[in-house]
Amino acid sequence: MSADAREGRPALRHRLAERGVDRTTMLVLPGVAFLLVLFCYPFVYGLQLSFQPAEGGGPFANYRTFFEDPYLRETIWLTLRLAVPAALINCLAAVPVAFRTRGVFRGRRLVMTLLVMPITLGTVLTAQGLLGYLGANGWFNKILTGIGIIDQPLGLVHNYWGVLASLVISGFPFSYLLTLSYLTGIDPSLERAAATLGASRRQRFRHVLLPLLAPGLAITFCLSFVLAFAVFPSAQLVGDPRGSTHVISIEAYEAAFQQFDYPMGSAIAMIMAAVMLVVVALVLTWRSLLYRGATGGKG
Amino acid sequence: MTHFGSLRMEKVSRSFGRFRALRELDLEIEGGEFIALLGPSGCGKSTALNCLAGLLPLTGGAITVDGERIDNVPPERRGFGMVFQNYALFPHLSVHDNVAFGLKMARVPKAERNLRVAQALALVHLAEHARKRPGQLSGGQQQRVAIARAVVLEPRLVLMDEPLSNLDAALRLEMRTEIRRLHQRLGLTTVYVTHDQEEALSLADRLVVLRDGTTQQIGTPEEVYGSPANRYVAGFMGYRNMLDVTVTTGAGAGGDGGRTRVDLADGRLAGTRRDGAPDAGDAVAAVRPEDLDVAAAAGAADSGTDGLDFAVPATVEVVEYHGRELAVQGRLSDGQRVHFRTRTRLAPDDAVELTAPPERVLVFPREEAGAPDPPPRRPAAGETPDPKASEAVAP
Ligand SMILES: Nc1ncnc2c1ncn2[C@@H]1O[C@H](COP(=O)(O)OP(=O)(O)O)[C@@H](O)[C@H]1O
Ligand SMILES: [Mg+2]
Repeated sequence: MSADAREGRPALRHRLAERGVDRTTMLVLPGVAFLLVLFCYPFVYGLQLSFQPAEGGGPFANYRTFFEDPYLRETIWLTLRLAVPAALINCLAAVPVAFRTRGVFRGRRLVMTLLVMPITLGTVLTAQGLLGYLGANGWFNKILTGIGIIDQPLGLVHNYWGVLASLVISGFPFSYLLTLSYLTGIDPSLERAAATLGASRRQRFRHVLLPLLAPGLAITFCLSFVLAFAVFPSAQLVGDPRGSTHVISIEAYEAAFQQFDYPMGSAIAMIMAAVMLVVVALVLTWRSLLYRGATGGKG
Repeated sequence: MTHFGSLRMEKVSRSFGRFRALRELDLEIEGGEFIALLGPSGCGKSTALNCLAGLLPLTGGAITVDGERIDNVPPERRGFGMVFQNYALFPHLSVHDNVAFGLKMARVPKAERNLRVAQALALVHLAEHARKRPGQLSGGQQQRVAIARAVVLEPRLVLMDEPLSNLDAALRLEMRTEIRRLHQRLGLTTVYVTHDQEEALSLADRLVVLRDGTTQQIGTPEEVYGSPANRYVAGFMGYRNMLDVTVTTGAGAGGDGGRTRVDLADGRLAGTRRDGAPDAGDAVAAVRPEDLDVAAAAGAADSGTDGLDFAVPATVEVVEYHGRELAVQGRLSDGQRVHFRTRTRLAPDDAVELTAPPERVLVFPREEAGAPDPPPRRPAAGETPDPKASEAVAP
């Protein structure tokens, strides 16, 4: 330390402090260790495993198999087709609902509990509910046929729509809670200021709230998307796992745990990760173009 | 300039549940006037301002502009500008775009918009900061942006909610002058909210003193400063000595303004009766520290004191050096505290005789209808805190 000082260089401690590193920062170390053990190690292990195909053919044989087989290749598209709309719906639906529930009003607690309830249900219960409610013999179809709006029950489960509904039900509470916290972080006097400057309700939303909310919405979208992209149980239970909801995680599961081809399973998992990374990177790149500073609120 | 003839608030009230934050405020504002709403924190100033702005619906009363009811008009269609205590600048927009915001909402063509923004920024000396984000400016600069943003629309009324309270003392003085200058230059009708009586006195054409949501006095700075309507307003206007006295002769007996004699603590003073002061019996005499004179220091005036008709003996307790003069806290023989200022060199335990001009000793009734609390005292800089207050803080 004194040697540093003599050379006219600030001591290490000060240089670290300038970058915001102090003793409290060290508290992240257990977290980093956790991350290494639970995420990085399996990732690296899986990555190297994916380059050791069970049946030989060079390190990229698994990847070649995946991309050469249209049935396998198509799973990427089928999954994106579910995950992107689900994430979008979750984000877009969360905004108005968060908007309505951000203030203080009577029964707020009850409304919030109801909105967040689906988290506690879990995918299997949700699937069961969907089957019972939307299935061919479910109330929904029974009521519609009963009052004569339709002759044939609508096919709402065991197809694309069933899985999408399940993803929205299980994903919405997360995006709602995230959006709500971003929204309440915006200083309410900004909207009031905009109002006194002549901005109508719509203009206030468009020119003040939305720009301040957009970075948070980008994060919400990413989380929602990642959650939906790994869809597995609902694709099996309320979907059409051999057809329109033949999602990528089903393939990974079958390769690893039904054919016991771990290298192939790993390769598919790596492809999943890569697709998610691409989408998240695209969204975050867009986000980096936005204003991301303080929103003046209580945070 | 878009002036209105007059804006009238009639019995404007606002309650939050059962709590009445603002009660029947009656006020008429002439076009071009500078009005200050003055009162301690929580007295309903912001409530009154938000009601005017349309940000808070009334629970009673009416607001009219030139005879036209506006209290159901939403804020964006009132055409009033507002400056917020925390500035409320849009953090994602540059200084230029912040100021341009209202013009953009009003669909003013771009060329005119840029011209008017440039003028407004020049007016508050911020032309060279137009491209910066609000976060890159100091507090005083942000406040000037907020003012520019409000005045660029040439609103028919500008509302300011404690605009200077987040600034440090020196900057506050500077911005006060700035606001006065802007008002003189632009002539914008202004309602200015503050808890600082100096700010209100120096800026406003008329003052509205509020307390617990009720109007205490409306008048010019001279009226409110020189003849406060009640002991609460007096306390707020720097009449720091509220002495318990006994009225002995209603000399020029009758109503407001009559001379009277009051006895206190082995002495007596001549005072001026204010509304409701009794002809005899218990009352309160309000005197500013700077209006109390030291007639004679003890020792030097062994023989002289008896010659004074109206004087009160006191003992010096604490002396503070304030440059040209001393701020002294003394105690009367009956134990009441008294504050005064003097150029006489005094030391603790000195005995003095205090006098005051009769027109500066205001006699109020002891008990005030509908005003149970004593007026709040604003501790002066360097004053030792009230012993009661420190007891309350200690566990
Ligand atoms: N939204 C609200 N809900 C309940 N009480 C409020 C609300 N806004 C203000 N009040 C109360 O009304 C009184 C006046 O508030 P305000 O007008 O903000 O005072 P100030 O004079 O400090 O600006 C305060 O006692 C405050 O607690
Ligand atoms: Mg206030």
